[in-house]
Amino acid sequence: MTRSIGLLINPVAGVGVPAGLKGSDGADVQAAALARGARARSGERAQAALAVIAAAHPHVEIITAEGAMGADAVRAVGLSARVVYRAESPSTGADTAAATRALLDAGADLLLFVGGDGTARDVASVLHPEQPMLGVPAGVKMYSGCFAVSPSAAGALAARWLSDERLPLERREVLDVDEEQIRHGRVDPKLFALVQVPYLVGRTQSRKSATPVSEAAAVTAAARGAVAAMDDTTAYLLGPGGTTLEVARQLGLAKTPLGVDVVRAGGLILADASEQQLLEIVAGAPAKAVVTVIGGQGFLLGRGNQQISAAVLERLGADPLLVVATEEKLTALAGRPLLVDTGNPKFDRSLAGYIRVITGAHTVGVYPVQAPENEGAQSCV
Amino acid sequence: MTQPFVHPYLPNSAPDVKAAMLAAVGAESIEEFYVDVPADLRLQAPLDLPAPLVAEQDLVRHVEAVLAANVSTKERLSFLGAGTYNHFVPAVVDEVINRSEFLTAYAGEPYEDHGRFQALFQYQSLMAELLNMDVVNVPTYDGFQATATSLSMAGRMSGRRGIIVASDVLPDKLSRVSDFVRPNLDLAFVPTVNGTADVAAIVALVGDDTAAIWIETPSYTGAVETAIQQLADAAHAAGAILIVGTDPVGYGVITPPADQGADIVCGDIQAFGLHQWFGGAHAGFIAVHDDPRFIMEMPSRLFGLASTDVEGEYGFGDVAYDRTSFAVREEGKEWVGTAAALWGIAAGVYLALMGPQGMADLGETLLARTRYAQVELSGLTGVKLTDDALHLREFVVDFSGASVTAHSIVSTLRAAGIEPGVVVGEYELLVCVTEMTTQADIDRLVDAVDAALQNNSVVNTIAVNNTEEKSA
Amino acid sequence: MSLPIAPKPAIRRFHQASWDEKIIFELSTPGERGVLVSRPEPALSEAVGDVVAGLPAGLRREKKAALPEMAQMRVLRHYLRLSQENLGADLNIDVGQGTCTMKYSPKVNDALIRTTKLVDMHPLQDEGDAQGVLGLIYNLERMIAEISGMHSVSLHTSGGSTAIWTNIAMIRAFHESNGEGEQRDEVITTIFSHPSNAATAKAAGYKVVTLYPDAEGYPDADALRAVIGPRTAAIMITNPEDTGIFNPRVKEWVDLAHSVGALASYDQANANGILGITRARDAGFDVCHFNLHKTFSTPHACGGPGAGANAVSEALAPFLPGPVIEKVGDRFALNADRPQSIGKVAPFYGVVPNLVRAYSWIMALGAEGLRAVAEIAVLNNNYLMKRILEIPGASAPYATGRRRIEQVRYSWEGLFEETGITSEEIGVRATDFGMHYWTSHHPYVVPQPFTLEPTESYSMTELDEYAAVLAEVAREARETPEVVRTAPHNQTVHHTHHDDLDDPERWAITWRAYQRKYFS
Repeated sequence: MTRSIGLLINPVAGVGVPAGLKGSDGADVQAAALARGARARSGERAQAALAVIAAAHPHVEIITAEGAMGADAVRAVGLSARVVYRAESPSTGADTAAATRALLDAGADLLLFVGGDGTARDVASVLHPEQPMLGVPAGVKMYSGCFAVSPSAAGALAARWLSDERLPLERREVLDVDEEQIRHGRVDPKLFALVQVPYLVGRTQSRKSATPVSEAAAVTAAARGAVAAMDDTTAYLLGPGGTTLEVARQLGLAKTPLGVDVVRAGGLILADASEQQLLEIVAGAPAKAVVTVIGGQGFLLGRGNQQISAAVLERLGADPLLVVATEEKLTALAGRPLLVDTGNPKFDRSLAGYIRVITGAHTVGVYPVQAPENEGAQSCV
Repeated sequence: MTQPFVHPYLPNSAPDVKAAMLAAVGAESIEEFYVDVPADLRLQAPLDLPAPLVAEQDLVRHVEAVLAANVSTKERLSFLGAGTYNHFVPAVVDEVINRSEFLTAYAGEPYEDHGRFQALFQYQSLMAELLNMDVVNVPTYDGFQATATSLSMAGRMSGRRGIIVASDVLPDKLSRVSDFVRPNLDLAFVPTVNGTADVAAIVALVGDDTAAIWIETPSYTGAVETAIQQLADAAHAAGAILIVGTDPVGYGVITPPADQGADIVCGDIQAFGLHQWFGGAHAGFIAVHDDPRFIMEMPSRLFGLASTDVEGEYGFGDVAYDRTSFAVREEGKEWVGTAAALWGIAAGVYLALMGPQGMADLGETLLARTRYAQVELSGLTGVKLTDDALHLREFVVDFSGASVTAHSIVSTLRAAGIEPGVVVGEYELLVCVTEMTTQADIDRLVDAVDAALQNNSVVNTIAVNNTEEKSA
Repeated sequence: MSLPIAPKPAIRRFHQASWDEKIIFELSTPGERGVLVSRPEPALSEAVGDVVAGLPAGLRREKKAALPEMAQMRVLRHYLRLSQENLGADLNIDVGQGTCTMKYSPKVNDALIRTTKLVDMHPLQDEGDAQGVLGLIYNLERMIAEISGMHSVSLHTSGGSTAIWTNIAMIRAFHESNGEGEQRDEVITTIFSHPSNAATAKAAGYKVVTLYPDAEGYPDADALRAVIGPRTAAIMITNPEDTGIFNPRVKEWVDLAHSVGALASYDQANANGILGITRARDAGFDVCHFNLHKTFSTPHACGGPGAGANAVSEALAPFLPGPVIEKVGDRFALNADRPQSIGKVAPFYGVVPNLVRAYSWIMALGAEGLRAVAEIAVLNNNYLMKRILEIPGASAPYATGRRRIEQVRYSWEGLFEETGITSEEIGVRATDFGMHYWTSHHPYVVPQPFTLEPTESYSMTELDEYAAVLAEVAREARETPEVVRTAPHNQTVHHTHHDDLDDPERWAITWRAYQRKYFS
């Protein structure tokens, strides 16, 4: 079987960055940015990624959209473009979604997009949950876990994906905030999707000592450790995330992918609970929140799982959290602490220090947790 | 005496080079590299070690003098076994494993160390033919570890704790295995009858918590198990597996355990091309059928064939790279490390040299010489065999009928330049013969034992008489 | 063309031997023999009859084992060719196996062990006949006790990981002897300690708690303080860690462990940078181990046999594996009567040929020489670091601007972000120049890692050559990335497809399985 890449560029992604604006959603912001002399850099970034694909697969045809939404960059690196979508006004979320749909209809297997969280969210909104996507980082906000570390890295991954059918996929979170809020000093990112993202693993078989564990196996093992840590009398508030999804799977439950479910003694008590419902549940019985690292920034609380609020957590006693994540997730933070941002700074500070993170059936990591002093829309480009 | 310390093993101890390197990194002295080592942890005086022998000829003289105090089995007539055996090592084996490309390589990767992958793949394949099984690991440390791991695999696969020990096990091996498996497994011992497994007692014991029945054949006493199939059937009926610990040296003529229902066959390969080395050259094998349930529980490396970009070219790599994902339980997960690869290459060369006929001949020679030694020794007055099982290479003789202790036999024969065997009981001696032991050697042993018995019986008679006189 | 010959190019035009050998079964010629076996004497045969025919029903092998049939020289030639398709530290500038200390294994030591006085010794011979080897082992134990500062040493284990297992087994026995076996169910380690510490602790039934480094890459003492307590059986750490960074607060760590009744175990598999500089016991450790195949020069042998040395404090000495060698007057005797011992960890007394090699190596160097080994190894490492960091796209994360001890975990993160070429791809391409490196243990804490450890054995010019190769490959990654991506080009084999190795239907672990799956 031959695989095909669908490329979608958000031509205005990232224009807010040099202009000092926090994000680039909305036509007026884009206009403001352009007025301040901003230049969209998504085209250059797309070319950097495509150049790597072209070097590995010089004859591959890229399914894409017209002009700045894809075809220009494809042709600029000498690859052939199959144009299947023409935009009317190439800057809205609706366009991204419509273009994604067109690429999928034309047979694209991997959705390679160039943009930020907003673009990721729009792409994910029309993607089948099992279909992979991969982000070339070009946006302002990048809380989501679906981006490669650089355009060239994204290109290398996409090139590998074309020729290696066994390249593994991992479930990652797509998060986004309302940029209007950011510009007014508030960050409240929501979890919009869990998507499949390809990733590179060591494949030279250079093993020393312990058997290396693939990320999928690591997720399974971490979830197994969390399940083993559960008792029959406590209610567990299962937050969203790829690892907690696996916890639910091992409990034999179909979890609400983006919501908080409550389980006790292996049985589901309440699906997709609201904060109010959680408050009611934890008022009457012992409970613990099961959370994992959400997105690429290391947030445990306050990103996509806002239902598990400070008010809820304060009622859970001295040890409110069961944190589960793979070692890879922790090491990917490159030494940065885990973050808790419930919106209640006093409560957040009470969690700061070191926390035990279940990383396997018999392994625990100890990792620093911080309450962000100066929360904001830091970009991770 | 003011010469700077320049050593042949340390190219950059040459003063000018050292200075140039320090300058290149912008350091005043080597001390700068140790700033993170706190002063109170710094060694203040030189290590208290013997004065070095920096000239190679002095070193050689010293080490040779130390080892010269040894008296080897070439200078004694040895019937010692009990884990380490005196088998013949073809010169080609030593030639190959002493090649520095093999000797000094790290565990290697498929490209620059292709040769070791092929050599070890071939070792796996050669052992597999001898054992009639499709999967053999890259060697682990020794037969003790191979057995401990095999039992652990049974526990992990079944989630059960029970191991029924059906045979007499070498005590040192049992010590290692017990300590290794105790977090996860419980061993239940069923005493042997006449040297081999008590099938009825084992069948009665197998139950829902049995992970495996563990047979050793040849056992600690050299007895060859004849009821492998029955025990395999009993294990399988209870959802357990059959593990056979063995020395593969006899399988040129003896039916391999896999043909009798064994699920895991494990043991040591010292017999295949490794010298005795004072017990310092062992390597363990684990063989299973080509069944992912078993393979996914093996902690050792497994090399497999792989295609390359070039047609007709053999490549290699690690099979089942990600073996933990299949694991039923993570408990008792083991490790892969520097183990005994070179000994595996040696065993492969050995099996290639021996070929089918060589292994058949070896098996026959071992059986014949073992039988001969058994017959001749037990023909002496007061000496008997402890069982009438079939024996390969080792057997136990009992001197109680002659009222002579095994220790006494050993000291008497040592004085005559013979190591008659290993003392395994007050009157019991474990005797080992190999293809290195000729008929004349056995005859010499028998004569010496006979003489010792005669002398000792005289001594004993006198002693008994004295006692009687006193008590009278 | 005529003389003079042009100067050698800066980068060696290496090509690995490629014999394109068949698998040995394909070389079989029916009837050929490699060696013949001593046969039963006629009189003996007569005395015992046909022993094969006399085997019980079902126990007589029906079909001979399908081993190849080859004349002796053909077996030799085949295996010598395979040996040439291997590099080995004697040929390679083997500084790329960071953490593994691929130093020179002196040839004299190989020569010394090949005496019948060692090769033909049986482990259960009369102690009087084994005084030479017993005395040598005893003296090696004493030398390692001095090097570690510890009280007692065992040399029984045959590899590094099994030596770590022995550490944890002794720790477990110690706590059990104090009635604290149940209570102490956790072992604390760090992510940059060798993963066998975690693996062996798990295998021994412990829960493993892993600590992450602080922002500068130093082990995080506050994290330790946050988790250590009455459940802690031991801390099991490496120092310097895999980053080459020495934990200056290591004594504080050990004291913390002791303050809660836990033990401190020191993975000194690779102590190459600190021989004669600092000792385990001086920092208060209760247990440590060395790999003789790392620190003490015994060859790696394609992955073993190695040898381990376990050194312990006086309090832990009763738990050492047995038997131990004792010196009684001027005689050496084995003592197996040790009720608290964890028992056997391997057959007999360890990998004896390697014990003799290690003894001989220490004797060739002495106190001054061992210290010089450490100092030169550290000098080499810092020199190589300088050369590597001159390569654009290479970096050494953590402890920026500081010196390292014996190795460095580098990163190609910059090069990867720029080119999309991974560290693995760089490594494979480096083999085309006769060089090799290893990336890192999993998970990759350092992105796009590679770990170099030059040891004391390589000359400055060799280190320059190694760095030049990596610089060349990094240049290629930018200018001709496809050359890197499609490597190897000068190797014994070409790019190998690993997909079949992960599929139970398709994998072929032995030649017979291959034949069965694909040709029957």
